[in-house]
Amino acid sequence: MAERYIVVGGGLAGLMTVIKLAEAGKHVDIFSIVPVKRSHSVCAQGGINGAVNTKGEGDSPDIHVKDTLKGGDFLAEQPPVKGMCYAAPGIIYLLDRMGVPFNRTHEGLLDFRRFGGTLHNRTAFAGASTGQQLLYALDEQVRRYETEGLVRKFEYWEYLGFVKDEQGACRGIVALNLRTMEIESFAADAVCLATGGPGIIFGRSTNSTINTGTAAARAYIDGAIYSNAEFVQVHPTAIPGEDKHRLMSESARGEGGRIWVPKQKGDMRAHKDIPATERWYFLEERYPHYGNLVPRDVATREIFSVVRDMGLGVEGTDAVYLDVSHIPAATLEKKLGGIMDIYEKFVGVDPKHNPMKIFPAVHYSMGGLWVDYEADARGDLVKSSPRQQSTNIPGLYAAGECDYAYHGANRLGANSLLSCLYSGQITGPAMVNYAKNNMAAKGDAPARTLASAKTYWSDRFNTIYKMSGTENPYVIGQQMGELMVKTSTVVKRNAELDSAMVQIQQMKERWSQCNVLDTGRTLNQSASYVNQLWNMLELAHVMLKTGRMRDESRGSHYKPDFVLPKAKTKNPSDDPEFMTAWRARDEKWRKVSMARWSTEPQITFEPLKSLQVENPILKPEPRHYD
Amino acid sequence: MTERMLTVRIQRQDGPSDAPRWEEFSVPWRQNANVISVLMQIQRDPRTSDGKPTTPPAWDAACLEEVCGSCTMNINGQVRQACTALVDKLAQPLMLAPMKKFPLIRDLTVDRSRMFEALKRVKAWIPIDGTYDLGPGPRQAPEDQELNYALSTCMSCGCCLEVCPQIGATTAFIGAAAISQARLFNNHPTGSMNADERLRGLMGPGGVADCGKAGLCVQACPKGIPLTSSIAEMNRDTTKQALKDWLFRDESKGGAGPGG
Ligand SMILES: Cc1cc2nc3c(=O)[nH]c(=O)nc-3n(C[C@H](O)[C@H](O)[C@H](O)COP(=O)(O)OP(=O)(O)OC[C@H]3O[C@@H](n4cnc5c(N)ncnc54)[C@H](O)[C@@H]3O)c2cc1C
Repeated sequence: MAERYIVVGGGLAGLMTVIKLAEAGKHVDIFSIVPVKRSHSVCAQGGINGAVNTKGEGDSPDIHVKDTLKGGDFLAEQPPVKGMCYAAPGIIYLLDRMGVPFNRTHEGLLDFRRFGGTLHNRTAFAGASTGQQLLYALDEQVRRYETEGLVRKFEYWEYLGFVKDEQGACRGIVALNLRTMEIESFAADAVCLATGGPGIIFGRSTNSTINTGTAAARAYIDGAIYSNAEFVQVHPTAIPGEDKHRLMSESARGEGGRIWVPKQKGDMRAHKDIPATERWYFLEERYPHYGNLVPRDVATREIFSVVRDMGLGVEGTDAVYLDVSHIPAATLEKKLGGIMDIYEKFVGVDPKHNPMKIFPAVHYSMGGLWVDYEADARGDLVKSSPRQQSTNIPGLYAAGECDYAYHGANRLGANSLLSCLYSGQITGPAMVNYAKNNMAAKGDAPARTLASAKTYWSDRFNTIYKMSGTENPYVIGQQMGELMVKTSTVVKRNAELDSAMVQIQQMKERWSQCNVLDTGRTLNQSASYVNQLWNMLELAHVMLKTGRMRDESRGSHYKPDFVLPKAKTKNPSDDPEFMTAWRARDEKWRKVSMARWSTEPQITFEPLKSLQVENPILKPEPRHYD
Repeated sequence: MTERMLTVRIQRQDGPSDAPRWEEFSVPWRQNANVISVLMQIQRDPRTSDGKPTTPPAWDAACLEEVCGSCTMNINGQVRQACTALVDKLAQPLMLAPMKKFPLIRDLTVDRSRMFEALKRVKAWIPIDGTYDLGPGPRQAPEDQELNYALSTCMSCGCCLEVCPQIGATTAFIGAAAISQARLFNNHPTGSMNADERLRGLMGPGGVADCGKAGLCVQACPKGIPLTSSIAEMNRDTTKQALKDWLFRDESKGGAGPGG
């Protein structure tokens, strides 16, 4: 049989992987729940990072590496981060050549703006719908390969699980046709999961409804290691909604937006009646250097403390002002038009003239499927090594938000589109080399392996169709979301995490009492959801358990009962007492959590490989932004 | 206190060959509700107004912020995205029905693959040499970028096809969305190099000439894309291209051209 590759997921990471494979002349099958053009990547608003340094600021890939590693509190393996930041300018140029309508300077060059966690204008953008524009560019290139016969699309097909041979290697996938409910197995020499993040585990988040994380969760159940599950980013600025929380991109602050609350508790005056002297711009005051552009974990905790601890939320509610009304309307239209429209459409107030009311919301998962890398002594990734982006299952790869690799304990804004594209770029060649090295010996996937995987899933769905209990799966899903938001987001406490794990266990028991609600065989969305719900409960359990075990505060993972004492010097490194405490914490906790499936998740914490070498790319240091 | 309720009527259909029927639901009113959150409420309690259990209606959704195009349907007789349809701004009872111009899958979901096929026909992409590092793309004036950005926000939602009188079960018209995409790529410095191929894609049966100039597409477009001016421009350009192709018809066959 001819070489064949499978990519699951048609967001930025998946499409880039497909392009790399097709460009090498390989045949690829791509699977996606939705037409790939409707993937979640369209949601990305603000932009994509790359140290192109067009503003005479002396920016460079090395500074980008440093900002990224520090932003993630040195929990990311360093060589992949270095590879990504060095590749970034080339990736932006590639997108430019593909026709992405990036904003331009008067000279006709690419324009760049500020984002969080850096002092440089490093973010290329296409209005405020950059993700949509990037995704379309890749979608177009993939369509071109489709017309050339190299790519076959399986849209409205849901990945259920991978096919494992007797040696434990991945030999293909089993998928469900969501329209006909037919289940089929597909053979491949290598498979890449590029299935995005798990925001829906938290019920309402800034994510698309399809971001259930269920593919990655199922891969974990089937033996892939899931890492750093406890690190979930809560974005500081979103509009709370009934169906989802809509993001107001960090680019609003990148373009000069300011966060404030009335100084006076319980001040019920309209915003325009509150004079400047009676407004508290708390981020600017507390972080004079980075101001409103401190990293997201920091901004979110500050907003929480101002609203929840000090009771200073706007009009006594869970809200602070995000104000861009001082910026000329024409500039807002050109640079932030997309999000200005979103606010106006959903809230009914024009943000060009009124401050927006926003609050933090679950946004992004730093954690994901564990993936390997191979680097040389200088910390440069070995080109095309089959180990790049490989999970612990031979032949199974992961790229994009569903991998754990690039952002450590906190992701910097505009680094995700980049990590998706970069990981896709290196996954394609890695898969090809894996196949070259292994498939000759292996030969075609044994028919009975494929058949038995298919039978497993057909049986599971036949069981689901018969579920006629009293529990509504969507209600369990909603309760799971509320529980996770309450116990496992901005502020975590061990007692609450313990109780949450008990409740997740109860939800798992209730799951078996579910009613499938629909026994039809045409687009039976609830049958698919019942299966996904189980996977989400399993992953929620891992998030809670790794979070419970990690007794420290780092990046997005914050436990008030385990925080370092405040340094007495401006630069924490100058305070010996602080440094002793910091070193002790790091000794114990600068480790990646690794979850292996069993009825009770098996968790270990393992030191970073890239810090075991003599000369790491960057020596970790205490993280501070004031 | 009795809870404030909202009445929703949904056109149901179990599959393409089944008969359509209307079902009425009564759901508790919520502040800031949109059609999506109402559909989610029904999923959690799938019973009709008279208390009879039913299946949760099927619908498409993804981003819920009007950039993916998924949740397009007819709401109170008007085609639009369900996510931006705020309940308090709509007349009640709410009437939800699937798009009519696309093959029905089930309930509120239809098959819009013809929109993606149309993008193939007009070669809606920039034929780049490869993904290796070849430096930056061509410089562009901010004004060109602004037009292209506007054209490029098309999310293949299908509103323009749904309202187009030229689109029907038996007609082949390609529709405004793909025509406007041809304009987008022809307006790009690199894309313009193979503008002729896109224009030829717009000729012949179902091509741009089939537009009846009703102008409803531009009104229905949720993104405010200048669809009618795209159609006018592509109409002019295909005419010119057809003329050029005719003048050089012999050359392209390898024979002697005019004067040769
Ligand atoms: C509102 C918002 C704004 C953002 N803005 C920015 C920004 O400005 N800059 C930035 O860098 N990042 C931003 N991000 C983050 C970024 O958008 C995402 O991390 C990124 O797009 C993820 O891309 P991906 O390719 O990994 O996955 P996705 O784009 O989520 O794609 C996942 C794909 O997998 C498919 N899939 C999933 N499960 C299955 C299954 N079981 N079977 C088959 N297919 C499946 C889906 O159909 C889809 O095609 C933003 C995120 C949000 C929510």
